[in-house]
Amino acid sequence: MTSTAGSTSAAPDRLRRFTRPERLVHRATATLMLVCVGTAAFLYVGPLAQLVGRRHLLVVVHEWSGILLPAPFLLGLAARSFRADLRRINRLAPYDREWLRAVRRGTPGPRPAGKFNAGQKIWAGWIAGAVPVMMFTGLLMWFTGLLPWISRAGAIFVHDLTALAIGVVVLGHIRLAWRDPGARLGMRTGWVTWGWARRNHPRWAEEERG
Amino acid sequence: MRNDESLTGAGRRAREEAAAARITDVNDRRHPKESGAPIARRAMLSMLGAGFAALAAAPLVQDGWERLASSDPTGLLPGSGGFRYFSVAGSVPERTAADYRLEIGGLVARPVTYTLAELRAMPQTRVVGDVTCTDGWRVPRTPFTGVSLTHLLEVAGVRPEGRALRFTCFDGVYTESLTLEQARRSDVVVALDMQDKPLTHERGGPVRLYVAPMYFYKSAKWLSGISVTDQVVPGYWEEYGYDVDGWLDERGA
Repeated sequence: MTSTAGSTSAAPDRLRRFTRPERLVHRATATLMLVCVGTAAFLYVGPLAQLVGRRHLLVVVHEWSGILLPAPFLLGLAARSFRADLRRINRLAPYDREWLRAVRRGTPGPRPAGKFNAGQKIWAGWIAGAVPVMMFTGLLMWFTGLLPWISRAGAIFVHDLTALAIGVVVLGHIRLAWRDPGARLGMRTGWVTWGWARRNHPRWAEEERG
Repeated sequence: MRNDESLTGAGRRAREEAAAARITDVNDRRHPKESGAPIARRAMLSMLGAGFAALAAAPLVQDGWERLASSDPTGLLPGSGGFRYFSVAGSVPERTAADYRLEIGGLVARPVTYTLAELRAMPQTRVVGDVTCTDGWRVPRTPFTGVSLTHLLEVAGVRPEGRALRFTCFDGVYTESLTLEQARRSDVVVALDMQDKPLTHERGGPVRLYVAPMYFYKSAKWLSGISVTDQVVPGYWEEYGYDVDGWLDERGA
């Protein structure tokens, strides 16, 4: 990746952030997550439950959207670009510590980041751990008596608590995207502006410029 | 870098080092400057670990948690106490003393229809028990007051071929079942009051079933019909795999 930066780009003022398979994985996962969280809210929150009733229908939709949640990710593994970004989002770079310190102290201004900042790395890992916990406890509720040594009440307890945590964290994810049109453009079209990249992911912008 | 290749075996070592260097080089090209600690994997494993630790600790911490959560005013925390509203119908009509009817029929000698006032005029029984839902919430020591099911069956006169009861509801969808033996227990009541107040619509009023020794799905809300049958007809959730006998004390835990 030297000397040819920009030459593959259709729009020279733009920078490629996500490939089509990556955006499809994100869109499908987001849709399933919204269906799963939405049905959960209508099953769990009293006033919403009174509004729609139809508990069995909601349960079926909730169960299947939950079961299918990892499917886009697993299909995405077939794409080289997706695997490459997974490797990048996994690894902590030295300047990520600086990013985390800046966030902790609330220091304004640009923070150092590669293609993914430290927050995105932690978010990706956390949600990748939370979804299997939800699937496991959810399956225990779905197929009662599957593992009789785990109490049903315990499985529901962990499912409910983790659900609340996921609700808060996913809302945070959506809020950050809401405030950043540049990032949304990247996820929608696959391209971001150089200015956005330099402000939000300076190390990545440098690297892409070659 | 030092090159001591005069010793025997040093050549091989050098080759190994070169190979190692090539591997490092490949890694570096994959994610330049980002070959540090696998932070996402660690976050994932931490969350998985926390989940399974919570699963193991749940039986120990749940009581303490419920005490803590009972002060949550939103009622959103799991185990924060109180009832949750579950309905399998799209919407449920409201019935009052004016238009509520309970029909008792099937294999009985004297089929009968009661108004709410007539049920209130019958001898009342008070049963105090824990409400335990299969979906994890419970309301301990809840009093239900109403007419004991045994009394209603005696008045109607169960015919000898009667073996079980089928309950129907004015939500138009929900059904439940009990064997006659279960129905004749003293802790099974056709409830008009809960917590010593008339049952509200949200809690299944004006009349619901309360089967104290079983999971709460056996306690049909919005009760409108009791029919004596010659065998158990599985109820709504039982058609979807719930136990027909929803005993509480046969829980795995």
